[in-house]
Amino acid sequence: MSDTIEATERVEPAPAGRPSRSILRRVGEEFLRRREASVLVVAVGLGVYFASAHPAFLTEPNLVNISQATAPAAIIAAGMVLVLVSGEIDLSVGVVAALAPFNMHYLIDYYSVPAIPAILLVLLISAAIGFINGAVTVFLKVPSFVTTLGTLYLITGVVLTTSHAYPVPIPPETEGTIRTWLGAAPWSTLIWCLLIVGFFHVLLTRTPWGLHTIAVGGNLLGATEAGIRAGRIKIGNFMMVSTLGGFAGILEAFRINTIDPNIGGGTQIMFIAVSAAVIGGTALAGGSGTVLGAFLGALVLAELQNGMNLIGISANPYFLILGIAILVSMIANVYLSRLRRAGRV
Amino acid sequence: MAADGSGEALRVEHVAKRFGGVTALADVNLHLAKGEVLGLIGDNGAGKSTLIKILCGFHQPDAGKLSVAGEEVVLRSVDHARSLGIDTVYQDLALVNELTVYHNMFLNRELVRWPLLHNRRMRRLAREHLDDMGVNIPSVDVEVAKLSGGQRQAIAVARSVYTEAKILLLDEPLAAMGAKEGALILDLVRELKAKGDVSVIIIAHNYGQILEVCDRINLLQHGSITFDKPTSETSVQELTDLVVAEYRAARTQKLRPDPSTDARPAPGR
Repeated sequence: MSDTIEATERVEPAPAGRPSRSILRRVGEEFLRRREASVLVVAVGLGVYFASAHPAFLTEPNLVNISQATAPAAIIAAGMVLVLVSGEIDLSVGVVAALAPFNMHYLIDYYSVPAIPAILLVLLISAAIGFINGAVTVFLKVPSFVTTLGTLYLITGVVLTTSHAYPVPIPPETEGTIRTWLGAAPWSTLIWCLLIVGFFHVLLTRTPWGLHTIAVGGNLLGATEAGIRAGRIKIGNFMMVSTLGGFAGILEAFRINTIDPNIGGGTQIMFIAVSAAVIGGTALAGGSGTVLGAFLGALVLAELQNGMNLIGISANPYFLILGIAILVSMIANVYLSRLRRAGRV
Repeated sequence: MAADGSGEALRVEHVAKRFGGVTALADVNLHLAKGEVLGLIGDNGAGKSTLIKILCGFHQPDAGKLSVAGEEVVLRSVDHARSLGIDTVYQDLALVNELTVYHNMFLNRELVRWPLLHNRRMRRLAREHLDDMGVNIPSVDVEVAKLSGGQRQAIAVARSVYTEAKILLLDEPLAAMGAKEGALILDLVRELKAKGDVSVIIIAHNYGQILEVCDRINLLQHGSITFDKPTSETSVQELTDLVVAEYRAARTQKLRPDPSTDARPAPGR
């Protein structure tokens, strides 16, 4: 403790001494300080490795494959980061993704709602599910892990009951432009993904909403004392991740050209989104996280799955590597943030 | 007295508060002049925290009245008290470790160039304000987690002053703090006193250190102010004797059967 005070007193002449540090070193330190840095290194490293290991890796069709595997996870992860940073978790978002295209199908085919209003309504329904998750968590004080575990099974039940667990075709009204733009064109999911990741990155790092999200997750009592309405922030974040889940589900349905109750693999897409967030440097305890990191995390996972597939390793060790990746990145995350806190990085 | 004549910041008259059968505050009378630094001392259970929670709008008193700057007020909530310029600085509670110093300074009062945060301006104003108050920290860009306890407390105080607090309640600012860190806070209080815009109540358990910055000392015992003297007319010795006397009185009372009709023990003086 007393060291810190002494450091403070010594700091006064520092502005004069500062420019003497080489620019290169400062850039290097700035890079290290960014939590996305290590994931970026891994993402690039994997790309280089698989590109050298198999010539097909860098071909356009394969890059489309990787982008299509990255996009839905990264879209959901963008919202998940906000929820995690505010100190909560949403387990139900994966099945919200599965429900959304069915809702679109019901609205268009049974209630004759025109395609675009139907899609907007679907997003609204998804947001409402997020509101319920948030409201139960905030007002009834049920831990979000439990709340969303409940809605996870509830929505799974709704999807399976109403669809009788059978896939249905895409409504003909959405064929053509809508389908092309919303997932069917090769790069469309990636474009949506980049737009959404960019938007949520700015939201988290550059707006009062993002600042309050960090404050609520970092120090709930302190944030409340400063007058921040923590409940509103949390519910808003639940609504955002749920809406993104619905949107990702619709993109997936259009991409695979069928409405399948297994879109997102049940809980799988949610777990991938959480993994991506965690690998990207988001702390489950709340208070810190980055959307860009989560995007890179999703990219790393997609690269791994795709690259291992290409070089002929079966899908099974993928989970082995995923598990190791989560553990290593989490341990590194905890260790690095301790270093950062001590002011050594 | 150091700061009389310039008007009154706060007056507490006959305030009482009970929780169920327990009398936390029996009859508290207290006044605070503009620009004055008042030391409020008392043992555990004397009612200090209840009084603070009433002053900051968290609890409402059962009886008695409060006046802020000469006008009688009923504090409905913490926000209401804050809007009247009464702000409490808790030990280390209201800062977010994960955020930078300047974001903490402007927490929930961010400067915005819609829709984005106006970080450059907040950074500059935070720097200026901290320099102005004599708070010495390496950079406003560091996360609060990297600062020492004393520096954090200083930032919390600076934030309250920046948001135009007129009456600052410092809740045990020196507890769990080393001598150097304590000195940082005491310097800050002196700085505030020199400017004279802000009145301060320092709540302390251990009064040795705060004595040197306070204009006046009040002792809270068993829910009442039993002692009120300018600092110049009292001493650490006198205060120590008072508290020890209280301790002795409490001990002898424990030996006697407690008359349940009077929950309030005899004053310790």
